[in-house]
Amino acid sequence: MNDDPVFKALADPTRRLLLDRLYERDGRSLTELESELEMTRFGVMKHLRVLEDAGLLVTRRSGREKLHYLNPVPIRLIHDRWIDKYTERRVSALADLKHELEESA
Amino acid sequence: MSTMTQTTVQVYMVFIKATPEEIWDAITKPEFTSRYFHGSQIDSTFVPGTPYRSWSPDRSKLWVEGDVLDSDPPRRLSHTWRSLYDAETAGEEPSRVTWEIEPQDGGFSKLVVVHDQLEGAPKTAESVSGAGWMMVLSGMKTLLETGEPLSS
Repeated sequence: MNDDPVFKALADPTRRLLLDRLYERDGRSLTELESELEMTRFGVMKHLRVLEDAGLLVTRRSGREKLHYLNPVPIRLIHDRWIDKYTERRVSALADLKHELEESA
Repeated sequence: MSTMTQTTVQVYMVFIKATPEEIWDAITKPEFTSRYFHGSQIDSTFVPGTPYRSWSPDRSKLWVEGDVLDSDPPRRLSHTWRSLYDAETAGEEPSRVTWEIEPQDGGFSKLVVVHDQLEGAPKTAESVSGAGWMMVLSGMKTLLETGEPLSS
């Protein structure tokens, strides 16, 4: 499958925020996710749909609720495809530098 | 660094350009698991009620132990899971792993792994989240699609 839906899904701050919320606590309902965003229920649903279509989240039914689970595998695949191949050494050097500078700050 | 709160249900999904039968083989045959699942050797008949065991590459250590709960080749496999590879996780309660395989258009299959019933196994939950299942599934995809294991 191609990477386009993943890059498109990640190219939006609200969707990245939703992923971060699920990273903090996985398996949340629409109502829970909606309560943390200043956005209409419909707006949140639309963003969740884009994330689900990109495979970045998976929904499962639990009783009457639909729960949303973060699926990090597509991000790993982008890492394997792009980061490993071109920039791992350079990126890790920069990440180390950033880490060192922030530690000493 | 933010830390992830461990939940008692974890869900992972990957689309693989392979048939459900090929994915079933990758899950159930040691010649496949040794190439993407941390070098482990799977050892089970996959008959409900029989053991599910995963050995270290030289078969000297039992890494994962469980019981097969449900098996419907090549669509669904469910088994319990105890992580024996680490002293901290070895004493925890068993959790449950379910593999679901669904054929898709274009020669792809969807593989969903649900690791749940982790209430009595917080260290296991931590160990399999993050890079854990993610590495296993991306490794399986690479192996099935290219015939080669992941380089790292």
